Amino acid sequence: MTDATQNTGAVAPKSSLHTLDARTKRRNAAESRFKFYGMVAIGIGLLMLVTLLTTILSKGTGAFTQTFVTMEVELLETKLDKTGARDLEKIKKVTTFGYAPLIKTAFEKTVEAHGIETDLKSKAMAKILSKSAASQLRNYVIANPDQIGQTIEFRFLANSRVDGYMKGRVTRDSIANDKNITPAQLDFVDQLIAVGALKKTFNIDFIIGADASDQRPEAAGIGVAMMGSLFMMLVVLALALPIGVAASIYLEEFAPKNWITDIIEVNISNLAAVPSIVFGILGLAVFINYMHLPQSAPLVGGLVLTLMTLPTIIISTRAALKAVPPSIRDAALGVGASKMQAVFHHVLPLAAPGILTGTIIGLAQALGETAPLLLIGMIGFIASNMPETVGEGLLSPNSAMPAQIYEWAKRADPAFYERAWGGIIILLIFLISMNTLAVLLRRRFERRW
Amino acid sequence: MPLSWLVLLVLALATAGYFVGRIRVLKLAGGDVRALHSLPIYYGTNVALSTAVPALVVVMVWLLVQPTLIERSVSGMIAPEMIPEGSNLNLVMSDVRRVADGLNTAIAGGAMSLAEVEAMDATVVDVRARLGELGVALGQNVRPEVLAAAKSYRSAAVTGNTLRTLIVLALAVVGFGISFSKTKPDYRARNVVERAVLALLMAAASLAILTTVGIVLSMLFETINFFGLHNWRDFFFGTTWAPNFRGDSELSILPLLWGTLYISFIALLVAVPIGLFAAIYLSEYAGPKTRAIAKPLLEILAGIPTIVYGLFALLTVGPLLVNMFGQSGSLGLGWMSGATSVLTAGIVMGIMLIPFVSSLSDDIINAVPQTMRDGSLGLGATPSETIRQVVIPAALPGIVGAILLAASRAIGETMIVVMGAGAIAKFSANPFESMTTITTRIVSQLTGDGDFASPETLVAFALGLSLFVLTLGLNVLALYIVRKYREQYE
Amino acid sequence: MYDTEKLATDVNQTETKISARNVQVYYGDTHAIKDVNVDIDAKAVTAFIGPSGCGKSTFLRCINRMNDTIDVCRVEGDIKIDGEDIYDKRVDPVQLRAKVGMVFQKPNPFPKSIYDNIAYGPRIHGLAKNKADLDEIVEKSLRRGAIWNEVKDRLHAPGTGLSGGQQQRLCIARAVATEPEVLLMDEPCSALDPIATAQVEELIDELRDQYSVVIVTHSMQQAARVSQKTAFFHLGNLVEYGDTSQIFTTPQDERTESYITGRIG
Repeated sequence: MTDATQNTGAVAPKSSLHTLDARTKRRNAAESRFKFYGMVAIGIGLLMLVTLLTTILSKGTGAFTQTFVTMEVELLETKLDKTGARDLEKIKKVTTFGYAPLIKTAFEKTVEAHGIETDLKSKAMAKILSKSAASQLRNYVIANPDQIGQTIEFRFLANSRVDGYMKGRVTRDSIANDKNITPAQLDFVDQLIAVGALKKTFNIDFIIGADASDQRPEAAGIGVAMMGSLFMMLVVLALALPIGVAASIYLEEFAPKNWITDIIEVNISNLAAVPSIVFGILGLAVFINYMHLPQSAPLVGGLVLTLMTLPTIIISTRAALKAVPPSIRDAALGVGASKMQAVFHHVLPLAAPGILTGTIIGLAQALGETAPLLLIGMIGFIASNMPETVGEGLLSPNSAMPAQIYEWAKRADPAFYERAWGGIIILLIFLISMNTLAVLLRRRFERRW
Repeated sequence: MPLSWLVLLVLALATAGYFVGRIRVLKLAGGDVRALHSLPIYYGTNVALSTAVPALVVVMVWLLVQPTLIERSVSGMIAPEMIPEGSNLNLVMSDVRRVADGLNTAIAGGAMSLAEVEAMDATVVDVRARLGELGVALGQNVRPEVLAAAKSYRSAAVTGNTLRTLIVLALAVVGFGISFSKTKPDYRARNVVERAVLALLMAAASLAILTTVGIVLSMLFETINFFGLHNWRDFFFGTTWAPNFRGDSELSILPLLWGTLYISFIALLVAVPIGLFAAIYLSEYAGPKTRAIAKPLLEILAGIPTIVYGLFALLTVGPLLVNMFGQSGSLGLGWMSGATSVLTAGIVMGIMLIPFVSSLSDDIINAVPQTMRDGSLGLGATPSETIRQVVIPAALPGIVGAILLAASRAIGETMIVVMGAGAIAKFSANPFESMTTITTRIVSQLTGDGDFASPETLVAFALGLSLFVLTLGLNVLALYIVRKYREQYE
Repeated sequence: MYDTEKLATDVNQTETKISARNVQVYYGDTHAIKDVNVDIDAKAVTAFIGPSGCGKSTFLRCINRMNDTIDVCRVEGDIKIDGEDIYDKRVDPVQLRAKVGMVFQKPNPFPKSIYDNIAYGPRIHGLAKNKADLDEIVEKSLRRGAIWNEVKDRLHAPGTGLSGGQQQRLCIARAVATEPEVLLMDEPCSALDPIATAQVEELIDELRDQYSVVIVTHSMQQAARVSQKTAFFHLGNLVEYGDTSQIFTTPQDERTESYITGRIG
């Protein structure tokens, strides 16, 4: 640029702004590098999120489908009710061992009917079914004794190895040292698939069923643990919300500024950062060892999670109360309301959406918490039936979703891992719904003063 | 009377009191609300509160105190020489409780009469078999002194419960009566009710203190018990963690502390640079749109439960690392033998902490006044020079506070290390080895069927107390630094 | 490097340093500066006055492209310094700002020592060959900022520990240290007490013989005291521009007159 002198006719500037000197170029390069680091950091964070979510989805969706074998079973009177009197007590005397032959026979007939050629003995064929098949049959017969003698179509769970074969987890190579299944059985499975007797379909029992023993991963479900979580959340909601709101109202509206209040405030912010396992120790020592509340009960879990969630709820409630401008209080006081009336009639309703949002987020946190539950015994193969009453739901031993997931992750059979990932999908669906609800509430009722 | 019935009865009485109080005052005022000092609902509430609150407070105190009193008097019945070899008072007492529960079940089920129970003699009757018939399973046979203690335990509990019912009901009725008689139009019901409500609010607020006290006391007592059974020098200064059931366990916190700090260090090594740069980018460079998308997405990482990270460590990151650094790994290094390692847990924990560090630092960087940035930019500094030489130094105390908070989170984190770190306590600097942490050992010592009188179980409380003190110290320090920092720019 | 001082003697006093033509500034949809044309003299103090919100600060920030840091801000028109368009694509705002220094409304020393505050600019622009050189720059700048005597014994004390007036003079010294040709001052005395204000005003008057100073002020008395030229802004328009004495004694525009006599503003 040489036109620099045109306007002024004076001396040219010492350096033109239109040319970058070497130093500026260097500095600009450093600038771009620095900015790039920032983008890389964000990128890594987002990549981790994507990796985590795709891992969960790719490994967990399998848990929602399960392999079933469909076949006609003849409920032989000679095996199940020799007297023919349909006496339920007598029928119950027949153990699952008594039902096993029926399944074997049914298999033989299926093979015949479909024209499958196989060298397998019927016992080996029946091995491809879950160990729960016989008890499934028995439960059906006990529930419907009048069906004895009929031939009925049943859908049996396949063994987890067969299920794994269907899902690509088990291959002919991987079972070289596996006592539970042979390549010949897999050939048989292929034949059953060909004739449509063996299918992989959606499995509702994973969502509503109970956990199963180590031997039967194919039958394990998360439903009962879900009830455990539900009852714990009820306890948390019933205790943490009123106590948290009461504490926040006191601290925000009434507490005098003195050292006691200071201690409470410091205490609350520190409690929010105490490791969750410490709350578990507290629960174990106070609720179980000292007060002798039942171990593994959702009530105790709920109490522990209440103490853990309280600081979160108090902090967000106070923020919500603080956001209500003092003019509202002044207006209420100005027309002769007492301070208590001003708070309960005017401030609290205005702060309600904020409080609710905070509570939901606190609940979501509590729902995903695992560590304290381990200490109060909410792990292991505990509950096999849905609780029938609220009292039972609160007091009888149960697990919780995250604890159930942990339990599955600890087991030796990799078939349980799929269920752990599947359980996480369900847990995350709950968390996402709760957080979405919180966000929607905030959007809907957010008020700027 | 069962507890739930008692509580329900008191609540029913209180509800009735509400309506009765309301109706009475209105009637006395001749239906004219203007003649009343307070609104009618306050008279109702006054009666309801006077009925329920003292009664329920007594119920709660009773629940807390009765077990201790009974336990103390009954345990006095068991002379030290009666405690069998290899057992202790706590174990015997839990037997006593179980038998007492069994007897209660038997009586409640109508299988035994009260007299039968009182007459039962363990030297004659096989108590275990007798209760077994009634569906009460006992682990071992019941010795006479245990049965005797159980009987007195049971009768003390029954007496206590009866007394509780009587006193609580009496209190409720008295409260009802007094407040009802005071219910007159000129009675300052609102003031009384408001004072009571204020007291309730205060009680709720002090629950936070109570929780802290509960945490400290519950762990402190058991820790004292532990140091009664185990040398404190070994706990604090020993070098080996080797619990066993022969009675010569070495239980030192140091190897666990090493594992904890090492894993936390790796986690911070991952989380701090990524989190900090992410925060810098979001607060200084990103446009509003990028920010609106990237920030919530990153924060999702913070909302994912730790069990998910634990599973991710155990089943994904661990095997991945083994595939790279293991015996037959792609790098052929053979450094790693199992999926659980310091690195596995550290990396995953680091991922978990990224949003924690980034959102805290974001807040803190945003608190640096804009005039500071303007000053630097106005001198011709590039944004990155401004950030590195002005913004970050200004925000440094706050960032240090944020990192300390993240460190405290890392130290107290449980699920990731339980699933990803392993169970071997040792001093080693090799991040590919599996190591264990304080929280992992707390879980493993307290789950399973440990008895609560052995040092191997009690050590968990000492570990818990140490963990609490450590994280509390870090938190107090961090919160103090952050608060000072904020005050500086307000 | 320091030849500007020598050059100054050769330069005609009415030489134009900055010339703005048809400058428009938009904040999102708001049209904040409307069609401003102005020529700012070298080696003189030019004051921008006007009621708050009139756009005087906005226009000032256009001169060293500080508005670039605000996302929604858009600048149109030409602003030339020494005949070079500063909004040209080839111009790096970083280089521009070294040439056009800025002092802000609120004193904003960095949380560093006094020495490091002054040395910050020279360091990033690489103006010092060595430590001795840097020491010299720092001393010269502090002297020029009229604060050397007050801080020479505590150069390594934090800059935030100074009083408000001292902080502002420190900021002026900091701006001077990068050897700028133009100094922009955005209400530099609004956060200061009268005594500190007087000191800063005196300093501004001294700076005139080396720099082109543009000062935004809300105080007409201040404009009258320190400036040779005055521009009156109103609602985003440059209403009147001329010699300070003329603006304050015989304003041409009635809006200027109303403002000066206190009827608007």
